[in-house]
Amino acid sequence: MEKINLSEITAQLLKSVSDYKDGFAHAFSIRENGCGVSRRSTENVKIEDKPDAPGLVIRVAPGSKGEKVSIPACVTHGNIDDIVYNDFYIGEGADVRIIAGCGVHVSTGEPARHNGIHRFFLEKGAHAIYEEKHVATGNGKGVRSIGPVTEIYLGEDSELEMDSLQLGGVDRTLRQTKAVVGEKARLIIRERILTDGEQEAKTEFEVEMNGAGSSVSLVSRSVAKGSSYQAYRSRIIGNAPCTGHSECDAIIVGGGRVDASPELVANDGDAALIHEAAIGKIAGEQIVKLRTLGLTEEEAENRIVSGFLK
Amino acid sequence: MLQLEKLTWSAPEGGQVLNGVDLVIPDNKLVVITGPNGGGKTTLAKLIAGLEKPDSGRIILDGRDITGLDITERARLGVSYAFQQPVRFKGLTVTDLLELASGKKLSHSEACDYLARVGLCANEYVNREVNATLSGGEIKRIELATVIARHTRLSIFDEPEAGIDLWSFNSLIDVFRELQNSIDGSMIIISHQERILSIADEIVVIADGRVTSQGPSSVILPQLLAGGAAACGKCPKKEVKYCGENKPE
Ligand SMILES: Nc1ncnc2c1ncn2[C@@H]1O[C@H](COP(=O)(O)OP(=O)(O)OP(=O)(O)O)[C@@H](O)[C@H]1O
Ligand SMILES: [Mg+2]
Repeated sequence: MEKINLSEITAQLLKSVSDYKDGFAHAFSIRENGCGVSRRSTENVKIEDKPDAPGLVIRVAPGSKGEKVSIPACVTHGNIDDIVYNDFYIGEGADVRIIAGCGVHVSTGEPARHNGIHRFFLEKGAHAIYEEKHVATGNGKGVRSIGPVTEIYLGEDSELEMDSLQLGGVDRTLRQTKAVVGEKARLIIRERILTDGEQEAKTEFEVEMNGAGSSVSLVSRSVAKGSSYQAYRSRIIGNAPCTGHSECDAIIVGGGRVDASPELVANDGDAALIHEAAIGKIAGEQIVKLRTLGLTEEEAENRIVSGFLK
Repeated sequence: MLQLEKLTWSAPEGGQVLNGVDLVIPDNKLVVITGPNGGGKTTLAKLIAGLEKPDSGRIILDGRDITGLDITERARLGVSYAFQQPVRFKGLTVTDLLELASGKKLSHSEACDYLARVGLCANEYVNREVNATLSGGEIKRIELATVIARHTRLSIFDEPEAGIDLWSFNSLIDVFRELQNSIDGSMIIISHQERILSIADEIVVIADGRVTSQGPSSVILPQLLAGGAAACGKCPKKEVKYCGENKPE
Protein backbone atom coordinates (compact mmCIF):
# COMPACT_ATOMS: atom_id res chain seq x y z
CA MET A 1 0.00 0.00 0.00
CA GLU A 2 1.77 3.17 -1.12
CA LYS A 3 1.58 6.27 1.05
CA ILE A 4 -0.48 9.15 -0.33
CA ASN A 5 0.53 12.75 0.27
CA LEU A 6 -2.35 14.59 1.89
CA SER A 7 -2.86 17.44 4.29
CA GLU A 8 -3.41 16.46 7.91
CA ILE A 9 -7.03 17.73 7.87
CA THR A 10 -7.81 15.70 4.77
CA ALA A 11 -6.21 12.59 6.26
CA GLN A 12 -8.32 13.01 9.42
CA LEU A 13 -11.51 13.52 7.43
CA LEU A 14 -10.73 10.48 5.28
CA LYS A 15 -10.27 8.35 8.36
CA SER A 16 -13.66 9.36 9.68
CA VAL A 17 -15.62 8.94 6.45
CA SER A 18 -13.91 5.98 4.82
CA ASP A 19 -11.68 3.02 5.49
CA TYR A 20 -8.55 5.11 4.84
CA LYS A 21 -5.49 4.08 6.82
CA ASP A 22 -2.53 5.96 5.32
CA GLY A 23 -3.72 4.61 1.98
CA PHE A 24 -6.15 2.12 0.51
CA ALA A 25 -5.55 -1.54 -0.21
CA HIS A 26 -8.00 -1.54 -3.13
CA ALA A 27 -9.32 0.70 -5.90
CA PHE A 28 -9.88 4.29 -4.84
CA SER A 29 -10.13 7.92 -5.80
CA ILE A 30 -9.66 10.79 -3.39
CA ARG A 31 -11.17 14.18 -4.10
CA GLU A 32 -9.97 17.22 -2.19
CA ASN A 33 -11.46 20.73 -2.54
CA GLY A 34 -12.96 19.99 -5.92
CA CYS A 35 -10.03 18.16 -7.52
CA GLY A 36 -9.11 14.53 -7.85
CA VAL A 37 -5.79 14.16 -6.01
CA SER A 38 -5.07 10.46 -6.12
CA ARG A 39 -6.60 7.37 -7.66
CA ARG A 40 -5.99 3.73 -8.48
CA SER A 41 -7.83 1.30 -10.74
CA THR A 42 -7.52 -2.42 -10.30
CA GLU A 43 -8.02 -5.34 -12.64
CA ASN A 44 -11.76 -5.50 -12.00
CA VAL A 45 -12.48 -1.95 -10.99
CA LYS A 46 -11.69 0.74 -13.55
CA ILE A 47 -11.90 4.39 -12.52
CA GLU A 48 -11.85 7.02 -15.26
CA ASP A 49 -12.65 10.70 -15.61
CA LYS A 50 -16.19 11.47 -16.59
CA PRO A 51 -15.93 13.01 -20.07
CA ASP A 52 -18.80 15.50 -19.83
CA ALA A 53 -18.64 16.72 -16.23
CA PRO A 54 -16.42 16.79 -13.16
CA GLY A 55 -16.40 13.35 -11.62
CA LEU A 56 -15.71 9.73 -12.35
CA VAL A 57 -16.98 6.74 -14.24
CA ILE A 58 -16.39 3.57 -12.29
CA ARG A 59 -16.86 0.19 -13.91
CA VAL A 60 -16.89 -3.07 -12.01
CA ALA A 61 -16.21 -6.06 -14.28
CA PRO A 62 -18.99 -8.64 -14.75
CA GLY A 63 -18.62 -11.68 -12.52
CA SER A 64 -15.99 -10.14 -10.24
CA LYS A 65 -16.41 -11.02 -6.59
CA GLY A 66 -15.50 -9.34 -3.32
CA GLU A 67 -14.32 -6.10 -4.93
CA LYS A 68 -14.06 -2.89 -2.98
CA VAL A 69 -13.74 0.72 -4.06
CA SER A 70 -13.40 3.88 -1.96
CA ILE A 71 -14.22 7.33 -3.30
CA PRO A 72 -14.02 9.80 -0.41
CA ALA A 73 -14.32 13.54 -1.00
CA CYS A 74 -13.16 16.29 1.31
CA VAL A 75 -13.58 20.00 1.54
CA THR A 76 -11.04 21.46 3.93
CA HIS A 77 -11.68 25.18 3.82
CA GLY A 78 -14.43 27.71 3.27
CA ASN A 79 -15.54 29.30 0.00
CA ILE A 80 -15.69 25.98 -1.80
CA ASP A 81 -18.72 24.87 -3.75
CA ASP A 82 -17.88 21.45 -5.06
CA ILE A 83 -20.13 19.45 -7.35
CA VAL A 84 -19.12 16.01 -8.50
CA TYR A 85 -20.87 13.47 -10.71
CA ASN A 86 -19.89 9.84 -10.22
CA ASP A 87 -21.38 7.00 -12.26
CA PHE A 88 -21.08 3.38 -11.24
CA TYR A 89 -21.64 0.57 -13.70
CA ILE A 90 -21.78 -2.76 -11.91
CA GLY A 91 -21.45 -5.64 -14.38
CA GLU A 92 -23.62 -8.72 -14.49
CA GLY A 93 -23.18 -10.93 -11.44
CA ALA A 94 -20.51 -8.69 -9.93
CA ASP A 95 -20.26 -8.18 -6.18
CA VAL A 96 -18.75 -4.96 -4.86
CA ARG A 97 -18.59 -2.77 -1.80
CA ILE A 98 -18.46 0.96 -2.49
CA ILE A 99 -17.39 3.30 0.26
CA ALA A 100 -18.19 6.91 -0.46
CA GLY A 101 -17.68 9.47 2.21
CA CYS A 102 -17.72 13.15 2.44
CA GLY A 103 -15.98 15.29 4.99
CA VAL A 104 -16.28 19.04 5.27
CA HIS A 105 -13.98 21.05 7.52
CA VAL A 106 -14.29 24.80 7.96
CA SER A 107 -12.35 26.84 10.46
CA THR A 108 -13.26 30.22 8.99
CA GLY A 109 -16.45 32.17 8.35
CA GLU A 110 -17.03 31.24 4.72
CA PRO A 111 -19.50 28.58 3.72
CA ALA A 112 -18.37 25.25 2.26
CA ARG A 113 -20.48 22.92 0.22
CA HIS A 114 -20.09 19.51 -1.30
CA ASN A 115 -22.70 18.02 -3.59
CA GLY A 116 -22.13 14.50 -4.78
CA ILE A 117 -24.36 13.17 -7.52
CA HIS A 118 -24.03 9.42 -7.64
CA ARG A 119 -25.67 7.16 -10.17
CA PHE A 120 -25.68 3.39 -9.91
CA PHE A 121 -26.47 1.05 -12.77
CA LEU A 122 -26.64 -2.57 -11.68
CA GLU A 123 -26.73 -5.29 -14.31
CA LYS A 124 -28.55 -8.58 -13.91
CA GLY A 125 -27.69 -10.41 -10.71
CA ALA A 126 -25.20 -7.78 -9.53
CA HIS A 127 -24.86 -7.00 -5.85
CA ALA A 128 -23.51 -3.80 -4.39
CA ILE A 129 -23.15 -2.38 -0.93
CA TYR A 130 -22.98 1.40 -0.96
CA GLU A 131 -21.80 3.02 2.25
CA GLU A 132 -22.03 6.73 2.51
CA LYS A 133 -20.87 8.62 5.54
CA HIS A 134 -20.91 12.35 6.15
CA VAL A 135 -19.10 14.37 8.75
CA ALA A 136 -18.31 18.01 9.19
CA THR A 137 -15.71 19.38 11.57
CA GLY A 138 -13.97 22.62 12.48
CA ASN A 139 -15.33 25.42 14.60
CA GLY A 140 -15.54 28.16 11.98
CA LYS A 141 -18.89 29.88 11.60
CA GLY A 142 -19.09 29.09 7.87
CA VAL A 143 -22.11 27.01 7.02
CA ARG A 144 -21.19 23.43 6.11
CA SER A 145 -23.67 21.97 3.71
CA ILE A 146 -23.95 18.83 1.68
CA GLY A 147 -26.42 17.76 -0.94
CA PRO A 148 -26.01 14.14 -1.90
CA VAL A 149 -28.13 13.04 -4.84
CA THR A 150 -28.32 9.33 -5.50
CA GLU A 151 -29.92 7.64 -8.49
CA ILE A 152 -30.23 3.91 -8.53
CA TYR A 153 -31.20 1.69 -11.48
CA LEU A 154 -31.57 -1.95 -10.54
CA GLY A 155 -31.55 -4.55 -13.31
CA GLU A 156 -33.16 -7.95 -13.03
CA ASP A 157 -32.40 -9.84 -9.83
CA SER A 158 -29.82 -7.29 -8.71
CA GLU A 159 -29.49 -5.95 -5.18
CA LEU A 160 -28.24 -2.69 -3.74
CA GLU A 161 -27.79 -2.12 -0.04
CA MET A 162 -27.31 1.53 0.75
CA ASP A 163 -26.16 2.54 4.16
CA SER A 164 -26.02 6.23 4.83
CA LEU A 165 -24.81 7.85 7.98
CA GLN A 166 -24.63 11.46 9.06
CA LEU A 167 -23.71 11.91 12.68
CA GLY A 168 -23.46 15.58 13.38
CA GLY A 169 -21.59 18.63 12.27
CA VAL A 170 -23.37 19.25 8.96
CA ASP A 171 -25.40 22.47 9.08
CA ARG A 172 -27.59 21.94 6.03
CA THR A 173 -28.35 18.70 4.24
CA LEU A 174 -30.66 17.97 1.42
CA ARG A 175 -30.44 14.31 0.57
CA GLN A 176 -32.29 13.09 -2.49
CA THR A 177 -32.47 9.47 -3.44
CA LYS A 178 -34.29 8.06 -6.46
CA ALA A 179 -34.50 4.47 -7.48
CA VAL A 180 -36.03 2.39 -10.23
CA VAL A 181 -36.29 -1.24 -9.22
CA GLY A 182 -36.49 -3.93 -11.90
CA GLU A 183 -37.79 -7.45 -11.97
CA LYS A 184 -36.99 -9.44 -8.81
CA ALA A 185 -34.49 -6.76 -7.80
CA ARG A 186 -34.04 -5.72 -4.19
CA LEU A 187 -33.27 -2.33 -2.74
CA ILE A 188 -32.33 -2.01 0.90
CA ILE A 189 -31.72 1.44 2.34
CA ARG A 190 -30.64 2.24 5.87
CA GLU A 191 -30.27 5.85 6.83
CA ARG A 192 -29.19 7.34 10.15
CA ILE A 193 -29.09 11.05 10.86
CA LEU A 194 -28.23 13.02 13.96
CA THR A 195 -28.76 16.76 14.06
CA ASP A 196 -28.08 19.20 16.85
CA GLY A 197 -28.00 22.94 17.45
CA GLU A 198 -29.49 24.87 14.53
CA GLN A 199 -28.82 22.15 11.96
CA GLU A 200 -31.31 21.17 9.29
CA ALA A 201 -31.49 17.90 7.44
CA LYS A 202 -33.98 17.04 4.75
CA THR A 203 -34.17 13.67 3.16
CA GLU A 204 -36.31 12.62 0.21
CA PHE A 205 -36.75 9.19 -1.27
CA GLU A 206 -38.59 8.23 -4.39
CA VAL A 207 -38.66 4.57 -5.31
CA GLU A 208 -40.39 3.23 -8.39
CA MET A 209 -41.08 -0.48 -8.23
CA ASN A 210 -41.34 -1.37 -11.91
CA GLY A 211 -40.43 -5.05 -11.99
CA ALA A 212 -42.54 -7.99 -10.89
CA GLY A 213 -41.26 -9.50 -7.65
CA SER A 214 -39.19 -6.44 -6.77
CA SER A 215 -38.80 -5.33 -3.18
CA VAL A 216 -37.68 -2.32 -1.21
CA SER A 217 -36.90 -1.85 2.45
CA LEU A 218 -36.34 1.69 3.56
CA VAL A 219 -35.38 2.23 7.18
CA SER A 220 -34.61 5.66 8.51
CA ARG A 221 -33.62 6.38 12.07
CA SER A 222 -32.98 9.87 13.21
CA VAL A 223 -32.34 11.90 16.31
CA ALA A 224 -33.05 15.62 16.43
CA LYS A 225 -31.40 17.39 19.36
CA GLY A 226 -31.06 21.01 20.39
CA SER A 227 -33.28 23.13 18.17
CA SER A 228 -32.46 21.22 15.00
CA TYR A 229 -34.98 20.33 12.33
CA GLN A 230 -35.41 17.27 10.16
CA ALA A 231 -37.81 16.52 7.38
CA TYR A 232 -38.39 13.08 5.93
CA ARG A 233 -40.25 12.40 2.71
CA SER A 234 -40.61 9.02 1.12
CA ARG A 235 -42.64 7.95 -1.83
CA ILE A 236 -42.80 4.31 -2.83
CA ILE A 237 -44.63 3.67 -6.06
CA GLY A 238 -45.69 0.11 -6.79
CA ASN A 239 -46.16 -0.23 -10.55
CA ALA A 240 -45.91 -4.03 -10.51
CA PRO A 241 -46.48 -6.91 -8.11
CA CYS A 242 -43.93 -5.98 -5.46
CA THR A 243 -43.34 -5.57 -1.75
CA GLY A 244 -42.33 -2.32 -0.13
CA HIS A 245 -41.63 -1.51 3.46
CA SER A 246 -40.61 1.82 4.84
CA GLU A 247 -39.96 2.67 8.43
CA CYS A 248 -39.18 6.06 9.88
CA ASP A 249 -38.28 6.30 13.53
CA ALA A 250 -37.29 9.56 15.07
CA ILE A 251 -36.23 10.48 18.58
CA ILE A 252 -36.60 14.04 19.71
CA VAL A 253 -34.28 15.35 22.39
CA GLY A 254 -34.82 18.81 23.82
CA GLY A 255 -36.33 21.22 21.31
CA GLY A 256 -35.69 19.22 18.13
CA ARG A 257 -38.38 19.10 15.47
CA VAL A 258 -39.16 16.34 13.02
CA ASP A 259 -41.58 16.29 10.15
CA ALA A 260 -42.18 12.95 8.48
CA SER A 261 -44.43 12.29 5.58
CA PRO A 262 -44.31 8.91 4.00
CA GLU A 263 -46.29 8.24 0.88
CA LEU A 264 -47.29 4.94 -0.65
CA VAL A 265 -48.72 4.61 -4.13
CA ALA A 266 -50.03 1.27 -5.41
CA ASN A 267 -50.66 1.24 -9.15
CA ASP A 268 -50.85 -2.53 -9.23
CA GLY A 269 -53.32 -4.74 -7.38
CA ASP A 270 -50.48 -6.96 -6.21
CA ALA A 271 -48.33 -4.22 -4.78
CA ALA A 272 -48.02 -4.75 -1.02
CA LEU A 273 -46.73 -1.61 0.63
CA ILE A 274 -46.33 -0.90 4.32
CA HIS A 275 -45.20 2.14 6.19
CA GLU A 276 -44.39 2.50 9.88
CA ALA A 277 -43.49 5.76 11.51
CA ALA A 278 -42.88 6.78 15.07
CA ILE A 279 -41.69 10.11 16.40
CA GLY A 280 -41.27 10.94 20.04
CA LYS A 281 -39.07 11.40 23.04
CA ILE A 282 -37.04 8.55 24.47
CA ALA A 283 -39.45 6.33 26.37
CA GLY A 284 -39.15 7.12 30.06
CA GLU A 285 -39.11 3.44 30.99
CA GLN A 286 -36.01 2.90 28.84
CA ILE A 287 -34.14 5.53 30.82
CA VAL A 288 -35.43 4.03 34.08
CA LYS A 289 -34.28 0.55 33.08
CA LEU A 290 -30.75 1.71 32.27
CA ARG A 291 -30.63 3.67 35.51
CA THR A 292 -31.41 0.47 37.42
CA LEU A 293 -28.26 -0.89 35.78
CA GLY A 294 -26.30 2.00 37.30
CA LEU A 295 -26.30 4.64 34.54
CA THR A 296 -27.14 8.25 35.24
CA GLU A 297 -30.05 9.77 33.40
CA GLU A 298 -27.72 11.52 30.97
CA GLU A 299 -25.62 8.40 30.39
CA ALA A 300 -28.78 6.41 29.77
CA GLU A 301 -30.03 8.96 27.24
CA ASN A 302 -26.73 9.01 25.37
CA ARG A 303 -26.54 5.22 25.32
CA ILE A 304 -30.06 4.91 23.96
CA VAL A 305 -29.37 7.47 21.24
CA SER A 306 -26.05 5.93 20.21
CA GLY A 307 -27.58 2.45 20.09
CA PHE A 308 -30.51 3.72 18.07
CA LEU A 309 -28.21 5.28 15.48
CA LYS A 310 -25.69 2.44 15.39
CA MET B 1 -29.68 -7.16 54.73
CA LEU B 2 -32.67 -5.11 53.66
CA GLN B 3 -35.03 -3.55 56.17
CA LEU B 4 -38.33 -1.94 55.27
CA GLU B 5 -39.97 0.18 57.93
CA LYS B 6 -43.62 1.24 57.76
CA LEU B 7 -43.57 1.86 54.03
CA THR B 8 -46.64 3.52 52.60
CA TRP B 9 -47.38 4.56 49.04
CA SER B 10 -50.44 5.83 47.29
CA ALA B 11 -51.04 6.06 43.57
CA PRO B 12 -50.84 9.50 41.96
CA GLU B 13 -54.61 9.43 41.47
CA GLY B 14 -55.16 8.82 45.14
CA GLY B 15 -55.79 5.21 46.16
CA GLN B 16 -53.57 3.91 48.98
CA VAL B 17 -51.61 0.92 47.66
CA LEU B 18 -49.12 0.12 50.43
CA ASN B 19 -50.43 0.47 53.96
CA GLY B 20 -47.33 0.25 56.11
CA VAL B 21 -45.02 -2.59 55.09
CA ASP B 22 -42.57 -3.79 57.71
CA LEU B 23 -40.17 -6.42 56.49
CA VAL B 24 -36.65 -7.70 57.05
CA ILE B 25 -34.89 -9.56 54.24
CA PRO B 26 -31.89 -11.31 55.79
CA ASP B 27 -28.65 -12.06 53.96
CA ASN B 28 -28.03 -15.31 52.18
CA LYS B 29 -31.66 -16.37 52.21
CA LEU B 30 -34.00 -16.70 49.28
CA VAL B 31 -37.15 -14.80 50.16
CA VAL B 32 -40.20 -15.31 47.98
CA ILE B 33 -42.95 -12.71 48.12
CA THR B 34 -46.38 -13.87 47.05
CA GLY B 35 -49.98 -12.79 47.41
CA PRO B 36 -53.02 -11.87 45.38
CA ASN B 37 -52.91 -9.87 42.17
CA GLY B 38 -52.94 -6.18 42.91
CA GLY B 39 -51.73 -6.77 46.48
CA GLY B 40 -48.78 -4.41 46.11
CA LYS B 41 -45.80 -6.68 45.38
CA THR B 42 -44.55 -4.89 42.28
CA THR B 43 -45.14 -1.54 43.95
CA LEU B 44 -42.97 -2.68 46.85
CA ALA B 45 -40.21 -3.77 44.44
CA LYS B 46 -40.38 -0.37 42.72
CA LEU B 47 -40.04 1.40 46.06
CA ILE B 48 -36.98 -0.68 46.91
CA ALA B 49 -35.32 0.00 43.56
CA GLY B 50 -36.22 3.69 43.71
CA LEU B 51 -38.66 3.77 40.78
CA GLU B 52 -41.25 5.20 43.15
CA LYS B 53 -40.77 7.22 46.30
CA PRO B 54 -42.64 6.17 49.46
CA ASP B 55 -45.07 8.60 51.10
CA SER B 56 -43.61 7.59 54.44
CA GLY B 57 -41.38 4.94 55.96
CA ARG B 58 -37.72 3.97 55.50
CA ILE B 59 -35.67 1.62 53.35
CA ILE B 60 -32.40 0.45 54.88
CA LEU B 61 -29.82 -1.53 52.92
CA ASP B 62 -26.91 -3.01 54.90
CA GLY B 63 -27.50 -0.52 57.67
CA ARG B 64 -27.64 2.52 55.37
CA ASP B 65 -30.82 4.54 54.89
CA ILE B 66 -31.35 4.65 51.12
CA THR B 67 -34.87 6.13 51.17
CA GLY B 68 -33.68 9.45 49.76
CA LEU B 69 -31.43 8.00 47.05
CA ASP B 70 -32.43 7.93 43.40
CA ILE B 71 -32.52 4.90 41.08
CA THR B 72 -28.94 5.30 39.86
CA GLU B 73 -27.51 5.74 43.35
CA ARG B 74 -29.32 2.65 44.62
CA ALA B 75 -28.22 0.62 41.62
CA ARG B 76 -24.64 1.61 42.32
CA LEU B 77 -25.02 0.59 45.96
CA GLY B 78 -26.09 -2.85 44.82
CA VAL B 79 -29.82 -2.93 44.18
CA SER B 80 -30.88 -4.90 41.09
CA TYR B 81 -34.41 -5.27 39.83
CA ALA B 82 -35.68 -7.59 37.10
CA PHE B 83 -38.90 -5.98 35.91
CA GLN B 84 -42.19 -7.86 35.76
CA GLN B 85 -42.63 -6.24 32.36
CA PRO B 86 -39.20 -5.85 30.77
CA VAL B 87 -38.44 -2.81 28.65
CA ARG B 88 -37.65 -3.09 24.96
CA PHE B 89 -35.01 -1.02 23.18
CA LYS B 90 -34.66 -0.28 19.51
CA GLY B 91 -30.96 -0.38 18.85
CA LEU B 92 -29.53 -2.04 21.96
CA THR B 93 -28.49 -5.63 21.55
CA VAL B 94 -28.63 -8.35 24.17
CA THR B 95 -24.87 -8.09 24.56
CA ASP B 96 -25.09 -4.29 24.96
CA LEU B 97 -27.53 -4.74 27.84
CA LEU B 98 -25.46 -7.45 29.49
CA GLU B 99 -22.38 -5.23 29.24
CA LEU B 100 -24.21 -2.27 30.76
CA ALA B 101 -25.44 -4.59 33.52
CA SER B 102 -22.08 -6.11 34.33
CA GLY B 103 -20.32 -2.76 33.96
CA LYS B 104 -17.62 -4.09 31.64
CA LYS B 105 -17.00 -5.37 28.15
CA LEU B 106 -17.90 -9.01 27.84
CA SER B 107 -16.22 -11.58 25.67
CA HIS B 108 -18.46 -13.61 23.42
CA SER B 109 -18.17 -16.58 25.76
CA GLU B 110 -18.98 -14.55 28.87
CA ALA B 111 -22.11 -13.15 27.22
CA CYS B 112 -23.04 -16.67 26.15
CA ASP B 113 -22.61 -17.99 29.68
CA TYR B 114 -25.15 -15.55 31.07
CA LEU B 115 -27.63 -16.42 28.34
CA ALA B 116 -27.10 -20.14 28.73
CA ARG B 117 -27.90 -19.80 32.42
CA VAL B 118 -31.36 -18.51 31.58
CA GLY B 119 -31.86 -21.18 28.96
CA LEU B 120 -31.25 -19.16 25.81
CA CYS B 121 -29.22 -20.63 23.01
CA ALA B 122 -26.64 -17.91 23.13
CA ASN B 123 -25.48 -17.69 19.53
CA GLU B 124 -28.94 -16.83 18.34
CA TYR B 125 -29.28 -14.00 20.80
CA VAL B 126 -26.00 -12.25 21.57
CA ASN B 127 -26.35 -9.82 18.66
CA ARG B 128 -30.09 -9.63 18.63
CA GLU B 129 -31.74 -6.30 19.35
CA VAL B 130 -33.81 -6.15 22.53
CA ASN B 131 -36.75 -4.89 20.49
CA ALA B 132 -40.35 -5.78 19.89
CA THR B 133 -39.48 -8.84 17.82
CA LEU B 134 -38.42 -10.82 20.92
CA SER B 135 -41.13 -13.03 22.35
CA GLY B 136 -42.46 -12.50 25.86
CA GLY B 137 -40.54 -15.47 27.23
CA GLU B 138 -37.33 -14.47 25.48
CA ILE B 139 -37.31 -10.93 26.81
CA LYS B 140 -38.12 -12.20 30.29
CA ARG B 141 -35.07 -14.44 30.22
CA ILE B 142 -32.86 -11.62 28.98
CA GLU B 143 -34.15 -9.49 31.84
CA LEU B 144 -33.14 -12.22 34.30
CA ALA B 145 -29.71 -12.49 32.69
CA THR B 146 -29.07 -8.75 33.13
CA VAL B 147 -29.76 -8.98 36.85
CA ILE B 148 -27.65 -12.10 37.21
CA ALA B 149 -24.83 -10.31 35.36
CA ARG B 150 -24.87 -7.53 37.94
CA HIS B 151 -23.92 -9.72 40.93
CA THR B 152 -25.17 -7.20 43.44
CA ARG B 153 -25.99 -7.22 47.16
CA LEU B 154 -29.71 -7.25 46.53
CA SER B 155 -31.54 -8.81 43.62
CA ILE B 156 -35.27 -8.58 43.11
CA PHE B 157 -36.96 -10.74 40.47
CA ASP B 158 -40.56 -9.82 39.71
CA GLU B 159 -42.46 -12.90 38.52
CA PRO B 160 -39.50 -14.39 36.68
CA GLU B 161 -41.52 -17.43 35.66
CA ALA B 162 -44.14 -15.44 33.76
CA GLY B 163 -44.08 -16.41 30.11
CA ILE B 164 -41.44 -19.08 30.58
CA ASP B 165 -42.50 -22.36 29.00
CA LEU B 166 -42.96 -25.53 30.98
CA TRP B 167 -39.84 -27.23 29.67
CA SER B 168 -37.59 -24.37 30.66
CA PHE B 169 -39.27 -23.92 33.98
CA ASN B 170 -37.26 -26.75 35.55
CA SER B 171 -34.00 -25.19 34.51
CA LEU B 172 -35.20 -21.83 35.77
CA ILE B 173 -35.70 -23.41 39.17
CA ASP B 174 -32.14 -24.71 38.92
CA VAL B 175 -30.91 -21.19 38.11
CA PHE B 176 -32.51 -19.85 41.26
CA ARG B 177 -31.21 -22.79 43.34
CA GLU B 178 -27.75 -22.01 42.10
CA LEU B 179 -28.13 -18.30 42.82
CA GLN B 180 -29.45 -19.22 46.25
CA ASN B 181 -26.21 -21.09 46.96
CA SER B 182 -23.93 -18.45 45.54
CA ILE B 183 -25.57 -15.22 46.69
CA ASP B 184 -23.62 -12.80 48.78
CA GLY B 185 -26.50 -10.67 49.95
CA SER B 186 -30.25 -10.76 49.70
CA MET B 187 -32.47 -12.18 47.04
CA ILE B 188 -36.17 -11.59 46.59
CA ILE B 189 -38.37 -13.37 44.09
CA ILE B 190 -41.94 -12.23 43.59
CA SER B 191 -43.89 -15.24 42.42
CA HIS B 192 -47.19 -17.07 42.34
CA GLN B 193 -45.59 -20.39 41.45
CA GLU B 194 -45.70 -23.28 43.91
CA ARG B 195 -42.39 -24.64 42.60
CA ILE B 196 -40.65 -21.35 43.30
CA LEU B 197 -42.36 -21.02 46.67
CA SER B 198 -41.13 -24.48 47.52
CA ILE B 199 -37.46 -23.57 47.09
CA ALA B 200 -37.81 -20.43 49.21
CA ASP B 201 -36.04 -20.18 52.54
CA GLU B 202 -38.71 -17.79 53.61
CA ILE B 203 -42.12 -16.78 52.26
CA VAL B 204 -43.76 -13.39 52.69
CA VAL B 205 -47.43 -12.92 51.81
CA ILE B 206 -48.50 -9.43 50.80
CA ALA B 207 -52.17 -8.63 50.40
CA ASP B 208 -53.99 -5.30 50.46
CA GLY B 209 -50.74 -3.44 50.74
CA ARG B 210 -49.42 -5.08 53.89
CA VAL B 211 -47.55 -8.18 55.03
CA THR B 212 -50.21 -10.65 56.05
CA SER B 213 -47.94 -13.54 56.90
CA GLN B 214 -44.30 -14.44 56.90
CA GLY B 215 -42.22 -17.43 57.89
CA PRO B 216 -40.17 -20.39 56.71
CA SER B 217 -41.37 -21.99 53.51
CA SER B 218 -42.03 -25.27 55.29
CA VAL B 219 -44.60 -23.53 57.46
CA ILE B 220 -46.18 -20.99 55.14
CA LEU B 221 -46.41 -23.00 51.93
CA PRO B 222 -48.72 -25.73 53.33
CA GLN B 223 -50.97 -23.01 54.72
CA LEU B 224 -51.09 -21.22 51.39
CA LEU B 225 -51.90 -24.42 49.57
CA ALA B 226 -54.58 -25.35 52.07
CA GLY B 227 -56.09 -21.89 51.91
CA GLY B 228 -55.64 -21.70 48.17
CA ALA B 229 -54.28 -18.18 48.60
CA ALA B 230 -51.46 -18.61 46.15
CA ALA B 231 -53.77 -19.90 43.47
CA CYS B 232 -56.74 -17.61 43.94
CA GLY B 233 -55.89 -14.69 46.10
CA LYS B 234 -58.87 -12.51 45.32
CA CYS B 235 -61.39 -15.24 46.09
CA PRO B 236 -62.95 -14.05 49.36
CA LYS B 237 -63.73 -17.57 50.58
CA LYS B 238 -60.14 -18.65 50.33
CA GLU B 239 -58.66 -15.61 52.04
CA VAL B 240 -55.48 -16.14 54.02
CA LYS B 241 -56.68 -16.15 57.59
CA TYR B 242 -53.43 -16.42 59.52
CA CYS B 243 -51.44 -13.35 60.39
CA GLY B 244 -47.92 -12.76 61.64
CA GLU B 245 -48.94 -13.04 65.32
CA ASN B 246 -50.93 -16.27 65.34
CA LYS B 247 -49.12 -18.24 62.66
CA PRO B 248 -48.21 -21.77 63.78
CA GLU B 249 -44.55 -22.39 64.61
N1 LIG C 1 -49.23 4.18 39.12
C1 LIG C 1 -50.34 3.64 39.58
N2 LIG C 1 -51.52 4.29 39.48
C2 LIG C 1 -52.66 3.75 39.95
N3 LIG C 1 -52.73 2.56 40.55
C3 LIG C 1 -51.60 1.88 40.70
C4 LIG C 1 -50.35 2.36 40.22
N4 LIG C 1 -49.40 1.45 40.49
C5 LIG C 1 -50.03 0.43 41.10
N5 LIG C 1 -51.34 0.69 41.24
C6 LIG C 1 -52.35 -0.18 41.88
O1 LIG C 1 -51.76 -0.68 43.04
C7 LIG C 1 -52.18 -2.01 43.26
C8 LIG C 1 -50.96 -2.88 43.46
O2 LIG C 1 -50.31 -3.06 42.23
P1 LIG C 1 -49.03 -3.97 42.09
O3 LIG C 1 -48.60 -3.89 40.67
O4 LIG C 1 -48.05 -3.62 43.12
O5 LIG C 1 -49.66 -5.40 42.40
P2 LIG C 1 -48.96 -6.83 42.41
O6 LIG C 1 -49.06 -7.34 43.78
O7 LIG C 1 -47.60 -6.75 41.84
O8 LIG C 1 -49.92 -7.64 41.46
P3 LIG C 1 -49.62 -8.83 40.40
O9 LIG C 1 -49.58 -10.10 41.18
O10 LIG C 1 -50.82 -8.80 39.52
O11 LIG C 1 -48.37 -8.50 39.69
C9 LIG C 1 -53.03 -2.38 42.08
O12 LIG C 1 -54.39 -2.25 42.45
C10 LIG C 1 -52.66 -1.37 41.04
O13 LIG C 1 -53.73 -1.12 40.19
MG1 LIG D 1 -46.72 -7.43 40.11
